[in-house]
Amino acid sequence: MQSITIGESTFSCQPDETVLETLLRENVQVPNGCRQGLCQACMMRSLDNPPPVSAQTGLKDTLQKQNYFLACICHPEQDMTVALPNQQDATIEAVIVQKQRLTPDIMRLVVEYQTPFNFFAGQFVNLKRLDGLTRSYSIANIPHPKNSLEFHIRRLPNGQFSSWVHDELALGDRVILSEAQGACHYLPGRAEQPLMLVGTGSGLAPLYGILADALAQGHTGPIHLFHGSRDLNGLYFIDEMRELAEKFANVHYTPCVSGANGDSTHARGRAHDIALSSTESLSGWRVFLCGHPDMVNQTKRMAFMKGASMSDIYADAFHVIQGK
Amino acid sequence: MSESQEKSQTLYERIGGEAAVNAAVDIFYRKVLADYRINRFFDNADMEKQVAKQKAFFTMAFGGPNNYTGTDMRTAHAHLVKMGLNDSHFDAVMEHLGATLTELNVPADLIAEAAAIAESTRKDILGK
Repeated sequence: MQSITIGESTFSCQPDETVLETLLRENVQVPNGCRQGLCQACMMRSLDNPPPVSAQTGLKDTLQKQNYFLACICHPEQDMTVALPNQQDATIEAVIVQKQRLTPDIMRLVVEYQTPFNFFAGQFVNLKRLDGLTRSYSIANIPHPKNSLEFHIRRLPNGQFSSWVHDELALGDRVILSEAQGACHYLPGRAEQPLMLVGTGSGLAPLYGILADALAQGHTGPIHLFHGSRDLNGLYFIDEMRELAEKFANVHYTPCVSGANGDSTHARGRAHDIALSSTESLSGWRVFLCGHPDMVNQTKRMAFMKGASMSDIYADAFHVIQGK
Repeated sequence: MSESQEKSQTLYERIGGEAAVNAAVDIFYRKVLADYRINRFFDNADMEKQVAKQKAFFTMAFGGPNNYTGTDMRTAHAHLVKMGLNDSHFDAVMEHLGATLTELNVPADLIAEAAAIAESTRKDILGK
């Protein structure tokens, strides 16, 4: 008989029982729906060993890689330690080591942490202020020997956390990080596949990380990055991106300005429109979309209609938390 | 779950198993989203989850291993029936199913078998 450990508790899985059935029988609250591996409401993560492959049916490859599985179709093959998604507490201490204004609205923040943890560039962590106020931010770098993480933090109107970062947070101050989450990141394999990266505003943060990751892993296919903003001063890292495009023959960078004040050094229009019209078909492409939720959701559908397979579309919509 | 292993050549296997399902779903879902008669029923759906559900639908239509129950289908589509889902929409989906399989060069007799299985869900999906 296999045992299932969740949090502080360990339960025995009866023969023929799924992980979901065991947990529900023991009165553990697990969201669930169809109980046949379709609705994905009961998705959990195995923290020790890879889960049975059959319990990962239909999940995105990045989630499979992170040992996510569906509890309702998981018959454990060995003892498992599991957790519900997004329930990792912020426990990793980090110190602010760099703070740099990238645009009037976007601040680059670099933190260093003590306890090493695994992450993929493009995933996000919860950043917690010492009083508990918490927000999610995307990781803009690949793992670094100095244990540092880079974030691009956009100031939101009345944004409590972002205003604090912009106005008050100082070098040497401490924040607490959660473990990395999210399925929008690069995976090695299919190195010759063309990549399309589309981001608006600070959506460049995860894309910058994904691009660095792809290059570090030896991606050989063309990589097309489109970064959009309403006006010219909303764009950043323009020189860095142009340098990358000079250095790597397969990297192509198109800064896009949708408002009236663009000039000849930028494409005129919305980044996703320019990106989608840049190619006849997206069949066989891998597509990464980060930033404004409307842009991300609209482009996801348009990229799919243009031939990208759903399993090749990775999206991270930046939802704004209202109120506190 | 495991009945597919017991019979020798099921429709599912003859059509091409999981690989055929994966190929079919992208083509089918594109047709559905492009069809003004029915795409409003899909507008608010999470595309990833939709693809997972359609894989299950195709597996079922191919007679493959599935956990299909009529009650689940009723519950899952009840909110769409409230939005006006009716026979004409079901017909449109059937049309796309056939066209998808034709596009994948599935032989006509196998398409007919799959269509018959899909057709058998009509009453449950439409809540009749």
